[in-house]
Amino acid sequence: MKHMGDMLLRKDPFSEIVMGNTAIVRAMVEAGTRVVASYPGSPTPEIAAAIRQIPRDRRPFYFEFSINEKVATEVAFGAALNGHLSTVFFKSVGLNVAADTFVQLCLMNITGGMVVVLGDDPGANSSQNEQDNRHYARLAYTPVLEPASPTEVYSFYLAAAQLAQQRQMPVILRLTTHVCHAKQKVSFKGWQPTDLDSAARFDPTSGSYIPLVHMVFPQKRRALANLSQVEGAAGIGDLNALIDHDNRRRGVITMGLSHLSLLDVISGVARKPDILKLGLVYPLPRKQVVDFLASHHEVKILEELDDIVEKEIKALAFDESLSVKIIGKTEVEDWVGEYTPDKVAAVMRATWPDLLPAEKAGPPGDVQIPERPPQLCPGCGHRSAFYAVKQALSKDDITVADIGCHTLGYLPPYEIGQVLMCMGASTGIGSGLALFNEHRSVVVFLGDSTFFHAGLPGIINALFNRHNITLVLMENGTTAMTGHQDHPASGKNFNDVTDKIPVRQVLEGLGIKHLYETDAYRQEALADLVRQAVADDGFSVVIAKHPCMLKFTREQRKKPSYRKRQVNIDPRVCDRRYACIEAFGCPTFSRDEAGAVEVNNDLCIGDGSCMQTCPSGAIKAPQSSVNMEK
Amino acid sequence: MDVFNICLTGVGGQGIGLLSEIILRAADYAGHEISAVDTHGLAQRGGSVVSQVRLGAGAHSPLIAFKKADLAIALERHEALRALVHMAKDGGCLVYYDTSWQPLPVRLGQAAEVSAVMIDDACRRRDISLVRVRSDDLPEARMQNMAVLARICQRGLIPGLSKEHYLKAMEDLMAGEMLKTNRAIFEKASGE
Repeated sequence: MKHMGDMLLRKDPFSEIVMGNTAIVRAMVEAGTRVVASYPGSPTPEIAAAIRQIPRDRRPFYFEFSINEKVATEVAFGAALNGHLSTVFFKSVGLNVAADTFVQLCLMNITGGMVVVLGDDPGANSSQNEQDNRHYARLAYTPVLEPASPTEVYSFYLAAAQLAQQRQMPVILRLTTHVCHAKQKVSFKGWQPTDLDSAARFDPTSGSYIPLVHMVFPQKRRALANLSQVEGAAGIGDLNALIDHDNRRRGVITMGLSHLSLLDVISGVARKPDILKLGLVYPLPRKQVVDFLASHHEVKILEELDDIVEKEIKALAFDESLSVKIIGKTEVEDWVGEYTPDKVAAVMRATWPDLLPAEKAGPPGDVQIPERPPQLCPGCGHRSAFYAVKQALSKDDITVADIGCHTLGYLPPYEIGQVLMCMGASTGIGSGLALFNEHRSVVVFLGDSTFFHAGLPGIINALFNRHNITLVLMENGTTAMTGHQDHPASGKNFNDVTDKIPVRQVLEGLGIKHLYETDAYRQEALADLVRQAVADDGFSVVIAKHPCMLKFTREQRKKPSYRKRQVNIDPRVCDRRYACIEAFGCPTFSRDEAGAVEVNNDLCIGDGSCMQTCPSGAIKAPQSSVNMEK
Repeated sequence: MDVFNICLTGVGGQGIGLLSEIILRAADYAGHEISAVDTHGLAQRGGSVVSQVRLGAGAHSPLIAFKKADLAIALERHEALRALVHMAKDGGCLVYYDTSWQPLPVRLGQAAEVSAVMIDDACRRRDISLVRVRSDDLPEARMQNMAVLARICQRGLIPGLSKEHYLKAMEDLMAGEMLKTNRAIFEKASGE
């Protein structure tokens, strides 16, 4: 078996099939990156999974999952002030959390250099929006490099690190979901390990590091000067590529995955447009863009999400008095969704109707296929909690969700969590919903990792301002949705055993008067506690606790003593009231054509949390089934 | 061969990731250029998941265009039909493991369960060759992917890939008991 950790530390040049999120770790190793921090969020957590494959005593850099993206950015910044090349990585909306710190980075002389790796999510595959983080680059005078493939993720990180070190500035490496997760055979260079340097070289005179009053202007001038030097910096021009098809009539300027989609779309076209593929997307490489514009009659800007490059290029053409026709976005749909090959084909057809052969109409009346949205796993404690909470609430009551696996409660059959915003927002939103509201109880939800990430300010505010809401804290002991990363209550950080910070103790320390706790599987008790908490005057909290059963089951399976267990349905007792399916909604239960309820043995983990939901008592206790029936 | 597109579909938790990684590495051993992508994140929690593997120097994006998959592989019946409608090209091939993990609308009685007959019909209408896999003696459901892989190997459904390539890829990715069990299933079924 190939070992990824060994591969990432190989000293000789080699090639290997890796995803973008793995290629970047090898680049960190080669670049001599010393400190890396993150908070888990799709599409980037596999970067940490690759880092974990390198045993800690051989890992040539320090890595931590910080408590949130803002703190991660601060840790990386602080380390860079000591002269260490540092990196922070997180998902698209993570930059909103980090923004207060991030926008200041450009003002600082970051002596070690710092690379900010962003995992944007066009198509909103696993995010609450598809925000285009290039907007932040303008706001924070920070250059952006955008790779299109795992090979480029590797080489662009090296270029970003070099630029960040040379100019002592922050540099953004902007990835998107299907660049992070794309797999390719990448050729890596060799690596010469250097000794870990433990000198703390922070020197306040390298700054100023105090962005106050009169110091702000020189700092801002320096940031702008840095930005103007990027285009000409060593190795940066090579990140842009001209693909010359000898077509002076039509050209396309594009970048990232859109570029690869374009290559697929025009593969069969006889008269291909010329292509300027940008690697540096902010600030624009002026000379290369102007040359391209000047040598074509029409130029299409093929750009996923927002029209940032388009606006810059149009301004540039105006300044240079160029007569080229620039075709940007024309319809709302051009702003929406990922630029997959299908999307790019549609965009290019709308741009130049004669470019691509006409689309063949598909066969009419294709079959209907039932949708399969994601859902809570078999045995998930959140399912029991939602089932119980629903019984405790009236139809008119208001429920507010937060980010995490429990967000899936908005789907049928629970339909709990009617508002969702972002990490930690539920308590604050609920507090507002409770104002001028005498009759409708407000119940908000929060997971335990989110509690530490951004949940605490909302909770303290609810206490401080005496908001009359109930918080149901769904404690499963891990950061489940992103792949089971530890958090401050798990007693382990990424590297070590550490002191637990139990959620309950934190809440007690805050002096919450109405604080209840039960195992989420105790559905009746939980429903009673929620009824009580809702009736309490002021802010109340119910902790609904049960370990993540996906994590638990995976761990159990590795043990030799593991025996598969499942529940059974007694067909003599089942009177087909379907509470197990329609109210409890465990995916284990299916119904056959005749209407009989069956247990899917591939799915059932034998947790038994369903038994109490059957009004007829037809679900029989879990049994080990060595010879399971199909 | 310019490009050969393979899409793999199933339900989060069925082992699509391992299956696609084996095919990807086997294709590399067979000398193909490769480009691929998997689903990660939210959808893995019991939702539809898709992996895409593209072979050949002409494949740029890891994503396959609508109805451009030469080979569609599915580990579940509803997902097989979904792959057929959205991914498989006319005249292509569908291999699926015939098990049903009912999606929510089916369990709630709001939609009909997809049947093997529906898949048969849909394939016939578009001249797609169909391979249905079902093996009732697997030690565990999570090994259904190996039964499917064995059939793909046995029928030579991926150009240039032979049994040795698949086995070499499996050795890259697994060790110990896991390799032993999976290889046994693969060898048995592909030798039949």
